[in-house]
Amino acid sequence: MSSTGQSVVRMANQIARNFAALGDEAAIAQTAEHIALFWDPRMKAAAFALDQSLLDPIARAAIDRLKAAA
Amino acid sequence: MSYEPQPDFGTPASRADEQVTLTMDGRAVTVPQGTSVMRAAKESGGDIPSLCATDSVKAFGSCRLCLVEIEGRKDTPASCTTPVEQGMVVHTQTARLARLRRGVMELYISDHPLDCLTCSANNDCELQDQAAAVGLRDVRYGYDGANHLGTAPDISNPYFLFAPDKCIVCSRCVRACDEVQGTLALTVEGRGFASLISAGQAGDDFLGSECVSCGACVQACPTSALMEKSVKQLGLPERSVITTCAYCGVGCTFRAEMKGEQLVRMVPWKEGKANRGHSCVKGRFAWGYTNHKDRITSPMIRERVDEPWREVGWGEALAFTANRLNAIKAKHGARALGGITSSRCTNEETFLVQKLVRAGFGSNNVDTCARVCHSPTGYGLKTTFGTSAGTQDFDSVEHADVMLVIGANPTDAHPVFASRMKRRLREGAKLIVIDPRRIDLVKSPHIEAAHHLALQPGTNVAVLTAMAHVIVTEGLADEAFIRERCDWDEYQDWARFVADERHSPETLEPVTRVPAAELRGAARLYASANNSAIYYGLGVTEHSQGSSTVMAIANLAMATGNIGRPGVGVNPLRGQNNVQGACDMGSFPHELSGYRHISDGAVRASFEADWGVTLDPEPGLRIPNMLDAAIDGSFRALYIQGEDILQSDPNTHHVAQGLAAMELVIVHDLFLNETANLAHVFLPGSTFLEKNGTFTNAERRIQPVRKVMEPAAGMEDWEVTQALANAMGLGWSYAHPREVLAEIARLTPSFAGVSWERLERDGSLQWPVNEQFPDGSPIMHVDHFVRGKGKFVVTDYVPTDEKTGPRFPLLLTTGRILSQYNVGSQTRRTANAMWHEEDLLEIHPTDAENRGLKDGDWARLASRTGETTLRVTVTDRVAPGVVYTTFHHPATQANVVTTEFSDWATNCPEYKVTAVQVMPSNGPSEWQQDYAGLTARARRIEEGEREPAE
Repeated sequence: MSSTGQSVVRMANQIARNFAALGDEAAIAQTAEHIALFWDPRMKAAAFALDQSLLDPIARAAIDRLKAAA
Repeated sequence: MSYEPQPDFGTPASRADEQVTLTMDGRAVTVPQGTSVMRAAKESGGDIPSLCATDSVKAFGSCRLCLVEIEGRKDTPASCTTPVEQGMVVHTQTARLARLRRGVMELYISDHPLDCLTCSANNDCELQDQAAAVGLRDVRYGYDGANHLGTAPDISNPYFLFAPDKCIVCSRCVRACDEVQGTLALTVEGRGFASLISAGQAGDDFLGSECVSCGACVQACPTSALMEKSVKQLGLPERSVITTCAYCGVGCTFRAEMKGEQLVRMVPWKEGKANRGHSCVKGRFAWGYTNHKDRITSPMIRERVDEPWREVGWGEALAFTANRLNAIKAKHGARALGGITSSRCTNEETFLVQKLVRAGFGSNNVDTCARVCHSPTGYGLKTTFGTSAGTQDFDSVEHADVMLVIGANPTDAHPVFASRMKRRLREGAKLIVIDPRRIDLVKSPHIEAAHHLALQPGTNVAVLTAMAHVIVTEGLADEAFIRERCDWDEYQDWARFVADERHSPETLEPVTRVPAAELRGAARLYASANNSAIYYGLGVTEHSQGSSTVMAIANLAMATGNIGRPGVGVNPLRGQNNVQGACDMGSFPHELSGYRHISDGAVRASFEADWGVTLDPEPGLRIPNMLDAAIDGSFRALYIQGEDILQSDPNTHHVAQGLAAMELVIVHDLFLNETANLAHVFLPGSTFLEKNGTFTNAERRIQPVRKVMEPAAGMEDWEVTQALANAMGLGWSYAHPREVLAEIARLTPSFAGVSWERLERDGSLQWPVNEQFPDGSPIMHVDHFVRGKGKFVVTDYVPTDEKTGPRFPLLLTTGRILSQYNVGSQTRRTANAMWHEEDLLEIHPTDAENRGLKDGDWARLASRTGETTLRVTVTDRVAPGVVYTTFHHPATQANVVTTEFSDWATNCPEYKVTAVQVMPSNGPSEWQQDYAGLTARARRIEEGEREPAE
């Protein structure tokens, strides 16, 4: 996996864990918004191209949401 | 030109509102109630001779020179200790007073070396001045009696000397050390004629004492008894320029006192609103790096990093750089280029670097060193309050009843503000310290923390949530404030969250290792005081949960109503001099100046119209992501102004790998720093003494930086950036930083009312300065939060992924010390190195004994990312299981050991928590040996005319 890919997995899962206390739906929305606001396009692209099994469920759902909107 | 000292009114100013009118030598004088007769005289243009009085310390009344006559009173009271009264009639010059004053002066002069013409204080000596003022013509006692002449001076301190024979034992130095600095290192040993100023215990010299070399005693001394060695060597200055210190985020104002182009000394300016006339060892004395032999003053280039540097002219260097940047952009696209702005450079320089990246390179790949320090402050306070800055001014501390200091070590990292904190604590304010280490503030002369919560590193959020639990469940929240100022629904969600039993101090004690009763006591104290203020530093931000901790702090302040007035608030103590400014100036890849997101079309349009370019609407890369992208091949060129990411950023191996993968690394700095080992272009930088511009300190105070000498390399840093932009064809034409500041004000609503002319007139301004706040904003969120309603954020405690285990059983936390600054490239090149020649590893006695380590032994410090070797200090200042070191020396490079883990919201590195093992060692690690070889090769300069830098 690329260096960016490794970081993206760690970052997405960590963001998701920090929003988890809000409940699933809010956590997914917040995670997606955070990634949209703060990640460079190539990081988002790397996230879309990831083996999604590396992502926690909230992170995976957030990435899916962003991917669908892209 | 002759030397002009700063005015001295003898005693501190009164802050009373009520005015008193008295008659002084026949003149009506009106001053605030509480003003001394001495100060009233001096403020109204008169003068009263004095020696033991100076306006930085309280009146003492010992020299008996300032006697006056007051109608209706017997005798001749000391004017320094006598407050004015309505209708008082004072006579400061009478025959009786003249006789008395001459008598006093005779005694002083009878035991003083009469070497005025060769004395370093000649023309800057109050004793000399007062002898002239009282008309002393003879000393009836002669000079042959017992005296102190010939006493050997104490020259142990590298910056100043103490000559006892010049000392008149006025105690100004002792009182300055007590009242201004708060160290209480000095005392008067002996009594009567045997009285002698002593640093610490009898027999201690200054260097070996508790003295922290702040310079307050030197400034207070009326003679040459305490004198800067630079003055002794160079003579008195001829002129002075007011400017702003380039060390920490306190932003002290100094008089740079000059002799021609030579700096003689830096003296804290009494009118400075951040420092109020005080200083620390760095700002006061550690400026020797500015003309150190290691300064690089010629641009240098090389095709490959394994080649020696080639000194070239500015034209060739800029053309080489611009051609390469343009070529990379043409081949790989704009997003392959980026830049890093510096928190050590001015607002104007920082603004231009981010403009070069966005408008010239064509990407938003701009980041700043705040990434690795206070980026969570930006995120956390923007989210909760609506803007990315502290809420108070420094003066606010004078109104605090309780100070909660978390993850900060102010006496080392922000010493001048720490002195103000200590003064307030000595007046009776209570102190709570949350820190794994027993920092000096926990217990120092006349100060003892009411609570020291020595938490397990990495559990800040758990501790703060437990405090919130106590506040909510014990009914200590300020419901009226919350209902009026905050979103009530969000508060209720948060209150339910923190009130859950899983967040009680008792439940969390096994995680935090903080005794529950102690934590409950701290929470009650914080919540119950009239005014409670939180001060925090990098021990909050440099964690996986850095942003959560900042928001948890904001939650506590809102829940207890401690926002919007003097004495309260949330106060991030910024590490470097212009961290606040660099962040304000649009240095983050997702936002333009004034913290406005790059995706905001209206904001972007205002910049596009002004700059005549189209801006990328997508956020750019942060520093660690730039390095990732470089390794992956999509990021190719980096312009770094005033930062040394190879030493300062985490996981050195990863940083080195990223830099090595780039086609073009441009380092713009004073010295060949560690990053320059992997650079292709070196552009020589200018010191803060060599440039004009502004810095913004931790209290949002924008202050002028004024050029006192010409740049050694011929250009100020903003000129270098402009020249690079123009070499790329951008056509910039700024003639002075004032024009850049005008552009900043034009494009940044919070700076709308800031101009060079206003700063010249007002001295400083605290943003926001605009139509709503025309004179600036010492305290923010007074009537409402910037975002409207304050936002409570649920901050769940998410433990770091960095775990101790059998291989790495200890937790390493890193920090800084008083004498050194950041990566040490400046302070290591001064005499401050005497106090810290190397980074040391603090380890608890139990952990040391288990490993067979003794004080001073070499130890191998290893983590899963790397290892280094350094010597140990065995101390119970750290808890068992915790070790601590600094990152000031490249020979150690503590960041070889730190990891890629970072704050979840901002990627601020988790410097404060690394699982490590410590074992005995007998020498440098393999990495250290390899790195020493790399450095030697990388710093070669063609022609062999220069010695390689250290």
